[in-house]
Amino acid sequence: MSELIAGEPAPGVAKRDPILVADHVTRRFGGLTAVDVEHVEIPAHAITALIGPNGAGKTTFFNLLTGFDKPNTGHWTFRGEQLAGVPAFRVARRGMVRTFQLTKALALLSVIDNMLLGASNRAGENFFAALVPAAWRARDAQLTEKADELLRKFRLDTKRDDYAGSLSGGQRKLLEMARALMSDPALVMLDEPMAGVNPALTQSLLRHILELKEQGMTVLFVEHDMHVVREIADWVVVMAEGSVVAEGSPETVMSDPAVIDAYLGAHHGTDLGTVRGRLEVAEGMESELVRSEVEGEAAGDGR
Amino acid sequence: MNWNFIPLALGEAISPTTAAYALATIGLVVHFGFTGLVNFGQAGFMAVGGYAFAITTLKLDWPFPFAVLATIVASVLFAFVLGIPTLRLRADYLSIVTIAAAEIIRLSVKTAEIYDVTGGSTGLNGAADTFQALNPIPPGNYGIGVLRFTAPDLWTMIVGWALVLLACLLVWALMRSPWGRIVKGIREDEDAVRALGKNVFSYKMQALVLGGVLGGLAGALFILPRSLQPDNYGTQLTFFLYTIMLLGGATTIFGPLLGSAIFWVVLSLSDGLLTLGVDAHVLPISSTQQGPIRFIIVGFALMLLVIFRPQGILGKRIEVFFRA
Repeated sequence: MSELIAGEPAPGVAKRDPILVADHVTRRFGGLTAVDVEHVEIPAHAITALIGPNGAGKTTFFNLLTGFDKPNTGHWTFRGEQLAGVPAFRVARRGMVRTFQLTKALALLSVIDNMLLGASNRAGENFFAALVPAAWRARDAQLTEKADELLRKFRLDTKRDDYAGSLSGGQRKLLEMARALMSDPALVMLDEPMAGVNPALTQSLLRHILELKEQGMTVLFVEHDMHVVREIADWVVVMAEGSVVAEGSPETVMSDPAVIDAYLGAHHGTDLGTVRGRLEVAEGMESELVRSEVEGEAAGDGR
Repeated sequence: MNWNFIPLALGEAISPTTAAYALATIGLVVHFGFTGLVNFGQAGFMAVGGYAFAITTLKLDWPFPFAVLATIVASVLFAFVLGIPTLRLRADYLSIVTIAAAEIIRLSVKTAEIYDVTGGSTGLNGAADTFQALNPIPPGNYGIGVLRFTAPDLWTMIVGWALVLLACLLVWALMRSPWGRIVKGIREDEDAVRALGKNVFSYKMQALVLGGVLGGLAGALFILPRSLQPDNYGTQLTFFLYTIMLLGGATTIFGPLLGSAIFWVVLSLSDGLLTLGVDAHVLPISSTQQGPIRFIIVGFALMLLVIFRPQGILGKRIEVFFRA
């Protein structure tokens, strides 16, 4: 994966085509320094995994980059534009859309309404223009078409008119990701996309993430499962105690002594993934089976 | 025995006061039901609207349309005062600030130093004169049986309910639009909506202003059939509005109308029944205990409602089921 970098592999290495460049980003909570990133670049049109032990500051770093939290120091650019101090909703409008570790499905909105919220409908979202359906109907219909297409792709089309609150945990993850794609973002930031997802869905989620890259999007995701990282990441950034301690391709990072020290620690050599077993299960299934499994799971939820 | 109280109580369903409560509750539904803003100061919005209307009419001699405009402007300003410091914070802060602000308004207008403007604790009388001057209905008594209305009553009722229906139409039109989708999304999880590129603060403010203006107009409507009394705008009023909202259904368009009508009819019916009981010496209470007992009945009914029908009369059960 050396085609991504423009220099020797090291923490903070320059990329050939960086989409996101962060400098001196620190965030302190009282005496605790949660994030202290000197320099990091995220390569464009690639899948980058952000890994690290619990409390390494990955989610805090995510929050800072997306405007959900304010740093004590630091600045960063996205596609060459300064992004520090820009409020979260503007960050999203500029093409950097995130999901959350604890899935945020809008429970009392239908699945299709969740999807439609993901895109922007300038006229319809204005208080006064909203009163004149002629001003936003056409755009809404166009977005609905796009949303239906995404729902089919994410196998949520049968749930289209149900409340999002009736979806299973895994389906909510899918919905959140599909919703984020409604705005055609340049960078998709996924905070633990696999957490709590059943084996059948894990496989399809991985496929969806790979597909995003094929469509020219950049993906940055936080993940604990090493097998997932190995499977889909082009580049891995390792954080520990708030800073970037290593960077590299999945293979090199996982054999890097600094990483083993900081992250894998005493568990080196043990199976850190829960997914390997699950993947084998999923691979053996025909898509029809996977589908019924998903539906069975949803029904089993009793909703 | 006099059973006249039954048709009179049923008549409460269409009284101007019922309309005013319904209108204020529609505002509350915009805040609480659709946007998730916990506003415990809707009585404050009603007070601001009522005082703006009465002061511009009585003290400044403004014609009726301008007094209405002043009512709207004052409500908008009050919404900004409440919203700017609190809407960026967690939901709880808005509720604390609104309940306090409503009490501040009610207590400040009673200050002796501004008696000439606000009328102190006696309030203001006669604010409806410019409104009644526009009354096209010839003087007389209208109605059926014991249920009779004077021309001014009828005029207030017609305008009041027209206003309520207009407000319903407005809220309905907004809530089916993408604008409504956003505020409902904010109710569910504002961070998720923010992550999708929506200016959450701005939408919360718009919703606060909309509901506040409806509350302010309700305040003006409320004083058309009566004089303006500062103590009418206590926290009790806000909680009546919450009762009405939960009764009808917090996320429904017509719930406030139904809730308000039922609230007033039940209140009036129980009063009539208690009077019968007291006069016939069936009930071991005095007529002064009668008033509070009506509200005990209402409170009890509300408890039963939230236990057995938490979604309200017009609400959908499934919405309660999926509420996290």
